[in-house]
Amino acid sequence: MHHVYTAVFEPGFFASSQVRIAVTVGGIVAVVCAVTGVFTVMRGQSFAGHALGDVSAAGGSGALLIGLSPVTGFVGLGIAGAAVMDMIGVQRLRGRDLATGIVLGAAIGLSALFLYLTSVTGATTGAVQQVLFGSIFTTTSGTIPAVIILGGISLVSLAVIGRPLLLSTVSPDMAVARGVPVRLVGVLYMLALAVSVGLSALTIGAILSTALLIGPAAAALRLTTRVGWALGLACVIGVLSTWLGVLLAYDSYYWGSSHAGLPVSFFIVAVIFVTYLASGLRHARARAGNTEPAAPAATVQPERLPA
Amino acid sequence: MFASFMMNAWITATIVAVVGGVVGYFVVLRGSAFPAHAIPKGAFAGAAAAALLGISTLIGLAAFALLGALGIGSMSRRGRHDVVTALALVLMLALGAAFLSRTTEYEPEIYSLLFGEVLGVSTSEILPTAALGIVCIAAVALIYRPLMLSSITPEIAEAKGIASHRIEMCFLLVLALATAMTVPVVGALLIFSLMIGPPAAARSLTSRPLLAIYLSVVIALVTVWIAIAASYLSNWPIGFFVGAFGALSYAAGRGWAAWRRTRTARPAALTATLGT
Repeated sequence: MHHVYTAVFEPGFFASSQVRIAVTVGGIVAVVCAVTGVFTVMRGQSFAGHALGDVSAAGGSGALLIGLSPVTGFVGLGIAGAAVMDMIGVQRLRGRDLATGIVLGAAIGLSALFLYLTSVTGATTGAVQQVLFGSIFTTTSGTIPAVIILGGISLVSLAVIGRPLLLSTVSPDMAVARGVPVRLVGVLYMLALAVSVGLSALTIGAILSTALLIGPAAAALRLTTRVGWALGLACVIGVLSTWLGVLLAYDSYYWGSSHAGLPVSFFIVAVIFVTYLASGLRHARARAGNTEPAAPAATVQPERLPA
Repeated sequence: MFASFMMNAWITATIVAVVGGVVGYFVVLRGSAFPAHAIPKGAFAGAAAAALLGISTLIGLAAFALLGALGIGSMSRRGRHDVVTALALVLMLALGAAFLSRTTEYEPEIYSLLFGEVLGVSTSEILPTAALGIVCIAAVALIYRPLMLSSITPEIAEAKGIASHRIEMCFLLVLALATAMTVPVVGALLIFSLMIGPPAAARSLTSRPLLAIYLSVVIALVTVWIAIAASYLSNWPIGFFVGAFGALSYAAGRGWAAWRRTRTARPAALTATLGT
């Protein structure tokens, strides 16, 4: 029994302060991303989420260059990016992907410049790896308060605009007819998205941040059509995936003789992807078992909306 | 900047711009911005794996780009298009990261794969790049009619017996090929800037397809040429200039379209009031 235990939790796992920080930050970020992610998938804005991830990359690399904390860079520029995207009309469906893509391209260009300048000024090594693929094992405990505050703000805003956001997502015309300030709600959602993506970038890197945002959410929405359940399920999937990823990454240092280990972000993304595929299996099996097809996961039952 | 070692960059970049402009027109037309972004990133994972195994990065790029295209094409039939694309793409990237983390000295490699490297193209790679480019353009020419039909009026295309998902698959494969040959010069993250900015600008200038494709290529060429020159002079990465000019050309296109609309709006309004 003891052997199994040490095989799963390699020595020093629970004692390591790096692991504790990773688990704390990862857990909080996973919850924030799961909640934002459910709305993102329902609104079909995965691309915007992804674009903001790359915008965050520019922020993270810029922050490294001028010596600001990564959180500031990731989240700060993410918010600026969201504002620009909103200005050039991300909310209108037509041309939305195009506008998003342009912002994305410009932001990546900036990242290229900042990362180049970092390597030239010799300020930091491994900048590319850190910004783009995450560095949660090197995050300091000083980041935790910032993560909690930002995460908290994001969650609170989503709770506040939750119902109007849901309505304007599912039925924009009805929302307008009911006097919901659709545009304002959209902007607030984009800001919450920017913060979530920025935090996710901090955890698993800017390029991979999308996985934490939409993976658990998409899997949850395939398993249930009720929004409340989806939100809860997404949180559970997200947190467990993150923790499992941290565990596997820590253990991987002990695998084989090279003691090289694999990046945390890889494991987290892999777990999320497997979970998503698994959720599809259940979906497909349900569809094969019944005579009538199962409801597509993205629809929300109208009776659940507030009267 | 026209020294012999720079000629490779100029030649390859020209080919890249032509292919990017042509394929990019359809990317914009079909609203395939996300797959156009996803496939190059998958290709990056392939290049990373190839670098690790010591084989030509072009092979790794092509193999994973094609795999990515097939994956996106087949998965999109089942899951939601954007979610599936996003997750597949991120998994590819994570794989790339895992491959590259095995050694510590790969940072410049990662950088040039992602953001492009002006001097990175060797003479031996020009011929394969040109060959792939010709294949891409030939493929587009071959499926031009069904592609245009299924992009603009999918219902009529279906009525004519054109299977839209087969065309989509063909297009994704062409996109994958275009990606594989363009990534070494412009970088995985920025090839798609070239495939979106110039074509979008071209479409703002004209609605006639062939003219738009021609303009798209011209704008892409100008973008790439200026980017090379600027990169050579400032030592800043070529990717930065491509991204910046891509955004600028898009903005210019939109500005022009908006200005045109204000110019024609008044006479139209006048006719409307007088007409009734």
